[in-house]
Amino acid sequence: MSGGFESRRAPLLTACAMLVYAFLYLPIVVLVVYSFNGSGVGGFPPASWTFEWYRELFADGALWGAVLNSLIVAAIAVAISLGLGLPAALALDRTQFPGKAAFRRLVLLPLILPGIITGLSLLMLFVAVGMKLSLVTIMLGHGTALISVATTELFAGLQKLDRAQEEASLDLGANHWKTFLRVTLPNLGVSLIAAGLLIFTLSLDEIAVSFFLIGRDNTLPLEIWSRLRRGITPEINAISTLILLFSISTILIWYRLRMRSAHADEPVAPLLPSALEGEAL
Amino acid sequence: MYSRTYKASVGVPPVLWVTVFLLVPYAILFCYSFWSVSPQQVIVHNWNLQNYLQLIRNPIYLTVLFRSMRVAATVTLLALVLGYPLAYYVSIHAAKRKDLLYQLVIIPLWASYLVRGYAWKTILGSDGVLNGFLQHLHITQRPVEFFLYSPFAVILTLTHIYTPFTFLPIYASLEHVPRNLVEASHDLGASPWSTFRRVVLPLSLPGVLAGATFAFVLTLGDFLAPLLVGGPSGIMISNIVVSLFGAAYNWPLGAAISLCLLLLVVGLLFGTERLERRLTLS
Repeated sequence: MSGGFESRRAPLLTACAMLVYAFLYLPIVVLVVYSFNGSGVGGFPPASWTFEWYRELFADGALWGAVLNSLIVAAIAVAISLGLGLPAALALDRTQFPGKAAFRRLVLLPLILPGIITGLSLLMLFVAVGMKLSLVTIMLGHGTALISVATTELFAGLQKLDRAQEEASLDLGANHWKTFLRVTLPNLGVSLIAAGLLIFTLSLDEIAVSFFLIGRDNTLPLEIWSRLRRGITPEINAISTLILLFSISTILIWYRLRMRSAHADEPVAPLLPSALEGEAL
Repeated sequence: MYSRTYKASVGVPPVLWVTVFLLVPYAILFCYSFWSVSPQQVIVHNWNLQNYLQLIRNPIYLTVLFRSMRVAATVTLLALVLGYPLAYYVSIHAAKRKDLLYQLVIIPLWASYLVRGYAWKTILGSDGVLNGFLQHLHITQRPVEFFLYSPFAVILTLTHIYTPFTFLPIYASLEHVPRNLVEASHDLGASPWSTFRRVVLPLSLPGVLAGATFAFVLTLGDFLAPLLVGGPSGIMISNIVVSLFGAAYNWPLGAAISLCLLLLVVGLLFGTERLERRLTLS
């Protein structure tokens, strides 16, 4: 047989893979379908269809307040994590310094560390210095935890840059700053936008770290969380559907941008979120 | 070569930030774990090992820790069993639709944790979708109560959340398997199964290991799924920490458990990293 490995058909494997896809998407589909269910949260099959829950949702002031808080937190978290992740990626990619390996591990730790440890240790820091818990502490928490994502994403971007352009700029007499501003930064633009989008989405959804750093004002996930404790309503299905729609669209844009920033001669094999690729750094 | 000022300006700000917001907090956590709480609910800075002794003496902590590790191991195993065939299929058999099928796994990976946990709650509840479905088909007469608020619900929800986490590194390592090795094995007369077992599987083990580490560590530290779908029998070690930092108000004891958890995770990462290096070399 000359068809080889890749083209051989494997009906059993295909069936298994489709079942796993079904498992991954079942809850998402249920959630969306039941956000239009006239008779409430449960039951099968849905008895009647309604937009009622969406109407309730749009009239719910507390929820939109939380949405606004989340958007502000996410924007600042993006600024913090990109602002520190970019120099961190540059330092890891281009310079040698004592303790570099330890620094790399420390920066990346929140990526794999359960959120509870990051959240609790930051809570202790804020209590120790007498800082009141508020949206600001959540911003600092998200920013710090997500530097790991910014660093891996931007490091991957830097590795793909054409270094010859920078060398040409330096040879032609521009200093490092000028080269950074005129050559490196513009070339890194797509990576920066892609990383920013991913961090924005992750911050909007973050709950484990926020759980410990919350003051009086709720972020959206914490507002939903506190309502869940009081019992579930179809209104939560509706807001969840909107959140999903939002995350799916930003994730797809992020993914497209990442594909575009890859070299044209790179195989079709899609790039992995380098955060999870293990060998990325 | 880069100048000293360049090095300092890209190196110093992130080093300072992670020192203040990661290293110092871990140090504070470490200190707290040796302090205690007075009966008047004030934290007393008298250094002692009471918290750690209590962790060993009071069986509840070890029991819950072992239960959490069992849950984490189960979730890891299930996530691998689901994630591996999926990665194998997308990497090797998907051909033209590869890109689409890959994106379809990425979407649930980054989609909201809370939303997915909540979705399982609506499915498994006693008047939920699954019970409605079973009664609709007359398989059951009455709602089945044990779907929700049980260790089963925790395992199901976390498996759903962490399967994409195992998929990604396995997929990455499968993409790196040289296709000509596979062809060679095939041409030399090996059956597809033995090609898989003796060529592909060993080469993808680093990915399996990375995925397993992600799933295990993140499940071990999870406290939201047990609160959302777990009920009293589903509580995990992190739930104890949460209550010690909340209503039970014993930060030092909570810090001691967190520190043990932190050391366990770091030790595990260290171990798997070494194992991975050995796997990649051989």
